This record gives sequence, C-alpha cells and structure tokens, in this order.
Amino acid sequence: MANALDPHAAIATTATGLTDGALRTADGKPLARALARSQSLARRRAFLLVLPLLAFILITFVVPIGQMLQRSFYNDGFSANMPALSQWFAENPRGTEPDEAAWSALATDLQASAEARTIGVVGTRINYDVPGTRSLFTSTGRQVRRGIEPPYQAALLEIDEEWGDPALWSAMREASSPVTGNFYLAAVDRKRDETGSITQVEERQQVYVMLFMRTFWLSLLITGITFVLGFPIAHLLATLPMRKSNLLMILVLLPFWTSLLVRTTSWMVLLQQQGVINDILVWLGVIGPDGRLQMIYNQAGTIIAMTHILLPFMILPLYSVMRTINPSYVRAARSLGATSWTAFRRVYFPQTLPGLGAGALLVFILAVGYYITPALVGGSSGQLISNMIAMHMTDTLNWSMAAALAALLLGAVLLLYWVYDRMVGIDNLKLG
Amino acid sequence: MAVPTYATPLERIWHYAYLVICGLIFFFLIAPIVVIIPLSFNAEPYFTFTDRMLSFDPEGYSTRWYESLLTFGMQNPDATGWGFWVDAWNNANWVKAAKNSIIIGVFSTLVATVLGTLAALGLSRPEMPFRRAIMAILISPMIVPLIITATGMFFFYSNPCEMLGIFGLPTDCGRLAGTYVGVILAHATLGIPFVIITVTATLVGFDQSLNRAAASLGANPRTTFFRVTMPLILPGVISGALFAFVTSFDEVVAVLFIAGPEQQTIPRQMWNGIREQISPAILAVATLLVIFSIALLTTVELLRRRSERIRGVTPR
Repeated sequence: MANALDPHAAIATTATGLTDGALRTADGKPLARALARSQSLARRRAFLLVLPLLAFILITFVVPIGQMLQRSFYNDGFSANMPALSQWFAENPRGTEPDEAAWSALATDLQASAEARTIGVVGTRINYDVPGTRSLFTSTGRQVRRGIEPPYQAALLEIDEEWGDPALWSAMREASSPVTGNFYLAAVDRKRDETGSITQVEERQQVYVMLFMRTFWLSLLITGITFVLGFPIAHLLATLPMRKSNLLMILVLLPFWTSLLVRTTSWMVLLQQQGVINDILVWLGVIGPDGRLQMIYNQAGTIIAMTHILLPFMILPLYSVMRTINPSYVRAARSLGATSWTAFRRVYFPQTLPGLGAGALLVFILAVGYYITPALVGGSSGQLISNMIAMHMTDTLNWSMAAALAALLLGAVLLLYWVYDRMVGIDNLKLG
Repeated sequence: MAVPTYATPLERIWHYAYLVICGLIFFFLIAPIVVIIPLSFNAEPYFTFTDRMLSFDPEGYSTRWYESLLTFGMQNPDATGWGFWVDAWNNANWVKAAKNSIIIGVFSTLVATVLGTLAALGLSRPEMPFRRAIMAILISPMIVPLIITATGMFFFYSNPCEMLGIFGLPTDCGRLAGTYVGVILAHATLGIPFVIITVTATLVGFDQSLNRAAASLGANPRTTFFRVTMPLILPGVISGALFAFVTSFDEVVAVLFIAGPEQQTIPRQMWNGIREQISPAILAVATLLVIFSIALLTTVELLRRRSERIRGVTPR
C-alpha cells in the first residue's frame, strides 16, 4: 500500500473515470498500474541513492574477504609447479608405493621448478604439513638443476634419504590437489595420516582448538564482567535527573572516544610490575616489595584492559532501555508488598532484558575478534585467535591457514551478528 | 534519585553502598585515562610517580618527553630559530605521522560521509527494497573482526584487479597497498557504518512532509535537498563524520597490513613505540590524544543537543 501522503498516490485519489468499472487516474490510466509504476519508480530512486555505497562496500570489503576465504580451501602452490607428479598422484590411488614413474615425475618437476625458481613456493607448501621440508626442496632443487641421471629413485635418495619418507609422500599427495579441506582440518587440530584417515595431531601441536575455546571463554567472561560493572552504572544514569546524568555520562563517553591504543597504553603503565597499582599496593603494605603482582602480559592483562575498553558498549544499550522503564511499576510492586529485592528481580530486571541482550551480544561479538589489546598486553597466555591469524599472516606466511582460521572466526561472528539483527535489529544500534 | 521515605534501614545502607560501588566503577572507567596525564610530565624515564613528583617538587616534572616527540627523527635538533621548526616540520617522525593521520583521516572521512549520507537517505525511505539485508551488509565492516578485514584487504590491495580475471580481463593494474589511496579507501570502508548509523538515526525524526512542502512551493529536488533536508540532518552528518574521522585516526590494524613506510600514522608509530622501546614519550602522545578526544566529545555532545532542539525532540 502506498503512503497516503505520496504525491503520486495523491494523483490517484483524484481518480475520475469509472467507465469500465476500473478506477482511473485523471489522465485515464488504470489506477492499479499507475500506482505500481509510481511505487517502482520510488523504489528505484531509493535504491539508486544506496547503490554507490553498496558497490563501494562490495568491492573494497566483501570481495576482498571472499578472495581471502578462497585461500582457505584453494592452494595451488604445489600442484601448479609440480604438474607431472600431481598427474601421477591423480592416476594412482592412495596407498600405491611410488614406482619409478613417480620418481621420474618428481625429478622432472623438481628440475623444472628449480629452473623457474618456484621451488621455494613448492617447499613452503609442503613445509606447512611436514615441518622442516622447505630446505629439502630447495637444496635438492639446486643439485637436480646441475643434472640427474636415472634411476631417479636411487639418485634422489642419494641426494637426501628423507625423500623416502612416507609422510612426505602423503603430504605431497594431499597438496597435489589445489582444492583441499586440509587447512580446516588443521584449524581444528586434525590431519590426514598416511592412510588418508583423519586423526588428531600430536598433543604438543594441538593449539587451535584450545585457542578457540580460550577466545570464547575469555569473551564470555569479559561479557559477564562488563554486565556486572555496567548494570549499576546504567541504572544510576537512567534514574538520576537528566542534568546530573548528562554530566556523569561524560565519564562513560570519554573512554569511548579515547583512542584504543591510549587506553591500552594506560593499562600497561598501571599494571606493570614497576607500575602505579603495584606501587600503591606496596605502599599500603598489601604486598611486600618482592611480591609485586604480575598483572600484565598474561590473561589478567587481557581481561582487565578489554573489560575497560568494552564497558561503554554494555552501558549505552542498557541505559537507553532503562530510560524507557516506567518507575511506577516498581512502586506498584512495592505497594503490593514486594520487598525491594523481589520488586527488582520480578519487575525491574525483566524489563531491562532487551538492553542486556543488545549489550551482551555487542560486547561478545567485539571481544571475540579483538586483536590489538591482546597483542600488546596479553603475553603468551592472553593471546586470542585473532593473534594467531595475524601470526600466520606476518610470521609463518601460511596464508591458507590464516584464511581457514579467519573463516571459522568469521562464521561464528556472522552467526552472532544474525542473532543480533533478529533480536535487537541493526537499526537500534546506537553510538553515544 | 533519593531513598524513598518508606525504605527500611537495610535498604538505606544498601542505597549508599550502591552509590559507592557506582563511584568505584566510574573511577575504573576514568582513572586509567586521567593517570597518564601527570605521568607524561615525569622527569625520569619511569612509568610511575617518583617521590619527587608525589611531593610536588617542580624538579620532578618536565616537558622533556614532549620535546622528544618533536625532535625524534630530526636531522639537527640543536638548531635554533626558524631552522628548527622547518626541520621539525619536514623530518620529525611524530610530525610526519600526524600529517599522515590528518591527510588519511580527512580524505577517508570525506569518502565515507558523502557515500554514507546518500545511502542513509535512501535507506530511510519507506520504499527501499531489501532494506534489512543491505543495511546488514553496510554495517558489517564494524562487526567483522578487524584482523579478518585487514587480511582480506592485504591481498586485495596488493593486486586490486585480480578478480577481473573471472571476466577474462587483464589482472594486473598496479598496487594500492603502500599508497595513500589504498589506506584512504580502507579507512573509508571502516568509517562508513558509523556514518550510516548516525545519519539514519537523525532521519528517523525527519518530517518527510517538509520535503513535500518545499516541492509544492516550487523547489526542485536539488534545492529541496540543500535548503531543507541538509540543514536539518547536518548535525547528524557532522557527528557521523567525526565518528568516521576518529575511526581512521585510531586505526592501526589495516595500516599495519596495507600501508607502506610512507604512510606511517600516529597509531602506527605508537604501536611501534609500545612494542619496541616503550618510553614516556608514548604517554605524551597519549595525553595529546586524550585532549583531542575531549574536544571531539564536546563537539559531538553539542551537535546532538542542537540536533534534538531543531528536530523538536525534547530531552528525556
């Protein structure tokens, strides 16, 4: 139904002709068609206003993330540079002992790849699965380039015995197909063994599941703490007279507007062993000069700093819901004999739930993806999954692994985002 | 809020305890930001109050860290007069970083504000198709973890035309990584959700009949927009722009991944400083940034009140 105030609809209301039973506009067109046309014109106009931004976001944000995610299941570092051996793997089922044809394919590919200077890429790809093999590829490549004679098996084993390792051949078979789910397997601490079945990786290499659990657990904990700290503040701000609450609101908004790095830096200064808080505790005699607390570069540092940073995101939605709660409900409950605790628990608190849901979801979503603060104050026990993604991007250069971890994290965040949209509605997201 | 007259003694005690608890939480919120201000004037390279500072001895305070901000990276910090300032303007690392932050911040804010305001106008029309889905996409840069966005951008900006390969077009058209344009576009993407949120919030209270009144009085759509719509939503647009600017001004992850050595910004420089050789000079920068955010917060609050006044929304 068109808006009654719409100018096009206004024309339609002046419909005159009723000759063939259909309502017509002043210029004789059937009313229904005129209305549909004017509505679709309005729709197109609205869409054209949004189009430039939508295109911009799709190109600079959605497509890049899509491209990045593609790397999580597509890596042709091996298959593109070792075509003959990849062909042999495709023709022979798993479990086939490498015959002379395979060894010959390996030697040819190594030679060609060393000539084309892509042997490092190949080695890097296998190195993800069998650590320490990158140098095997590069050094063998150097020697093969000078010439290699059949029988290739003996010749290659002569260069390095490691070429006979079944684990290496298994890894090469896995890498011979550019499309692979192995990075996702690795992201949940699983791998394919020589027989192709999925097994857990060795205990000392199991890091990712633990990191995901830690990220979710710490985010949950931080959400809980922000709720405990944010609820009284939001309640106070919502019940004080406007003038006073506006003044106190500045104390909430100032941290919100202050640079993230500034806030993280101040916590580093405060929590250090030679920092302000430890100094005060020593001065008070709570701890001895030798018993200074380690509050930073560990999980405690991450929790404290992130709670501080995310607290306004809990307070603001709670506050805007509490503002709308009519105080006479609680008074009515009291007049009917409820104690103040019962009145709070049965009457007031349930009405704050929409704000609580909005705040908790927002804090949790933001906490799950946090990178800067854990990187600076988290030490090793306070690192989150984001830090692992960054490490694979910048240090180990295992971009496919980074992409697989990012895909899992993104999936979780988008799920929560969807829940947020269903429960709260993105329109109700408020800033300050 | 006062204690009701019918409150029991226990409730009175609880009420005051509650006020104390709130005070402590406010202290937790604000103390970390306030404490760095005096510490940035420390005469010693420590991150805590020295005895001389606590006894308010003027010897314990100095502006040496602020001076070091200016001189760090200068070719001849001992020069005097005009030459000193020219040198500082051209070579001092923090001055360069500030210039970069402002250039990148201003241009990314321009892109984000123009595109974001247009889109918000469209999104606020009742006829807008797929409103909810499009809104969700446009807000997502704020929700998706920054590290994921930055990782995606790292690949995209090193070869922005890679995806054209699908259409059989040439896939090589230079790099955006390591250029100002790249960082500006990345920051515009991150700032857009803030513009959308603030401008659509302003438009909720916008009376569409004003536009029709203008049209009925003979104004064309352009005149209507600039003379009627724009002045009314301007406070919202400006606060959205300020949010976008702050987002860019405070952003470090995308800069880490796609900026080159020429595009070092203040947060990037701080990141280096915190990770490598943390010195109280960082606290001096932090203090300057806190003053900057106080100024911004004041502007936004004034704008919000003005917007509520001209839209006739009475403060609750």
